[in-house]
Amino acid sequence: MCAAPNWKKLGGAARTIVASDAEVSPCFEEVLALAVRRLYPEQPLRFEFTSGNLAWAKETIAKYPSGKQASAVISLLWRAQEQEGWCTEPAIRAVADMLGMAYIRVLEVATFYTMFQLQPVGSTAHIQVCGTTPCMLRGSEAVLEICKERIAENPHELSRDGRFSWEEVECLGCCANAPVVMIAKDTYEDLDPELFDKVLHGFEKGTPPKPGSQIGRQASCPLGGPTTLKDMVKKNAAKV
Amino acid sequence: MLEDKDRIFRNLYGFQDWRLEGARARGAWSDTKALIEKGHDWIINEVKTSGLRGRGGAGFPTGLKWSFMPKNDPRPSYLVVNADESEPGSCKDREIIRHDPHLLIEGILLASFGIRAHTAFIYIRGEFVREREHLQTAVDEANAAKLIGKNNVNGWDLDIIVHHGAGAYICGEETALLESIEGKKGMPRLKPPFPAACGVYGAPTTVNNVESIASVPDILRRGGAWFASLGVLDSAGTKLFQISGHVERPCVVEEEMGITLRELLDTHAGGVRGGWDNLLAIIPGGSSMPLIRAEQCQDLTLDFDALAKLKSGLGTGCVIVMDKTTDPIKAITRIAYFYKHESCGQCTPCREGTGWMYRVLERMQRGEAEKREIDLLFDVTKQVESHTICALGDAAARPVQGLIRNFRDVIEERIDQYQAALKEAAE
Ligand SMILES: Cc1cc2nc3c(=O)[nH]c(=O)nc-3n(C[C@H](O)[C@H](O)[C@H](O)COP(=O)(O)O)c2cc1C
Ligand code: SF4
Ligand code: FES
Repeated sequence: MCAAPNWKKLGGAARTIVASDAEVSPCFEEVLALAVRRLYPEQPLRFEFTSGNLAWAKETIAKYPSGKQASAVISLLWRAQEQEGWCTEPAIRAVADMLGMAYIRVLEVATFYTMFQLQPVGSTAHIQVCGTTPCMLRGSEAVLEICKERIAENPHELSRDGRFSWEEVECLGCCANAPVVMIAKDTYEDLDPELFDKVLHGFEKGTPPKPGSQIGRQASCPLGGPTTLKDMVKKNAAKV
Repeated sequence: MLEDKDRIFRNLYGFQDWRLEGARARGAWSDTKALIEKGHDWIINEVKTSGLRGRGGAGFPTGLKWSFMPKNDPRPSYLVVNADESEPGSCKDREIIRHDPHLLIEGILLASFGIRAHTAFIYIRGEFVREREHLQTAVDEANAAKLIGKNNVNGWDLDIIVHHGAGAYICGEETALLESIEGKKGMPRLKPPFPAACGVYGAPTTVNNVESIASVPDILRRGGAWFASLGVLDSAGTKLFQISGHVERPCVVEEEMGITLRELLDTHAGGVRGGWDNLLAIIPGGSSMPLIRAEQCQDLTLDFDALAKLKSGLGTGCVIVMDKTTDPIKAITRIAYFYKHESCGQCTPCREGTGWMYRVLERMQRGEAEKREIDLLFDVTKQVESHTICALGDAAARPVQGLIRNFRDVIEERIDQYQAALKEAAE
């Protein structure tokens, strides 16, 4: 992605985040750095939806009542991110223009919603590790350690080869299958260090594992088989 | 244990087809038109009779909420389904969305008819990409089969728009969700006006949780009295419970309200890891509820009243189980971090308070604090609670209060250990 033909630098002020107060404890610095989401200093010069995405965008806008096209902002930004790999400043402007919104309103959306990646992510995989308490109770800290060792010391930092990056995210909505990571559109669940290692290896080799539970259980059914509606495993029926 | 014949969510784990044909074989969409022909008031009354209380956390009676919608308003009415499901430890709507989306869509049609809405939004969290794909497919199927849409076979025009977020827990709060649908940052609105008076695009709106709405077709088909006959007083019916944390087999399961905690864990989740006596505490209802110590769990039933008595709550119906290997301070510190991360930042007590509580807990977890700070911390939680625009402030304060109420001894012991280690190092 960094090979995009034209890049421009935003003003140097764009990333002065961390206070340099000697009294500040490490955890406070972390708090500051996480709370502020800003545009990446290096940006591509332009953005344009592919013709397929443009048609899709127009359809999406048309779903909403007339005059309410701003409702499509998250969808459009998301599609732009899928196309470019991350959420770029020209994409933010282009989406604003399409929706007749002020740039600042779309910038607010891009910085408020944490799934918008405001800097380039690993070209093969960006790994979102759930670290919230239910996942922590079942071992997410070990998964985070592996990310630090194998990918990069810090969240959002690219691995040396630029193929991987990671971040810690909050509850992914799969706590009965903790610990969980999300990569692109899929979750990989019921992990332990070895299983996560396998997932990573799979992505490295270009043979990602099947998403979902990595211990082979069906969705959030108790391991070993359901305790309810046992007949439903074999046949679909109105009355059971 | 709830009998299989009384289960609403018959394809919870997705062993069977989730698409229209499969859903129809399970009884969905069978006599929707006949239900609609009984009229708006019949639907609302039947839901009132059922005793259904909102499954999104607050437990507000669903039928009553619907009756607040204005009847002769020139503005369009909207139904908004809350599929944001981001409360840590309480994830169950996902199973409905990906494995039985037609239950939800049929419920949306019936509810929309009840409140006279011709447009419904489903707001699904951004992370649920595959779930969203299922949902959209199911909506498309229902449109193609003329079950919804203009001039459909059921006789009530309805347009369903699947709308998604992009990673912000606060968008589960109903007014933040409305802001988000309008294309803004998800910052909660001051109430009143409530959504029924002024909701999405300034029009009357009802916001309901996925599970609340997906329960409606079965309630109407089998009768409100059937639903009311299940569960206990003031907590009627069945409920999806998510069991996570230190159990042998974490899972999501549908059970009767008022089931004892022990039966829930033993029957469906293989029991507490290392046996019942190894239980330290549980968090019922999602991360925003205070934890409960094992001693209080012996005969605990899971319903709104029993948990309220313990100064906790049923919330979205789930249990995070912690066995004796758990450091309760650390577990709650991580929850405090979550709220700090998710605060939208528009009110000072919440924005500053969540960060402050997290930082103090972070030190307490290591024992690096003074004992007087425990009371100070409790006092700060009281300054956050009920002093904010939305309930996230309360949600952040309550777990910390629960920790101090139940584990003050552990916090003090940690501080003593730290002080002793310091002293030893100095000598
Ligand atoms: C911070 C916060 C987050 C919330 N998150 C959700 C959520 O993810 N899903 C949900 O259904 N309700 C959530 N709620 C509750 C909603 O505001 C609302 O009460 C609910 O959707 C109403 O539906 P019900 O009456 O069917 O329960 C949240 C509330 C707060 C204060
Ligand atoms: S309580 Fe917190 S999350 Fe809710 S509006 Fe205030 S700052 Fe935002
Ligand atoms: S805490 Fe990790 S998925 Fe919920």
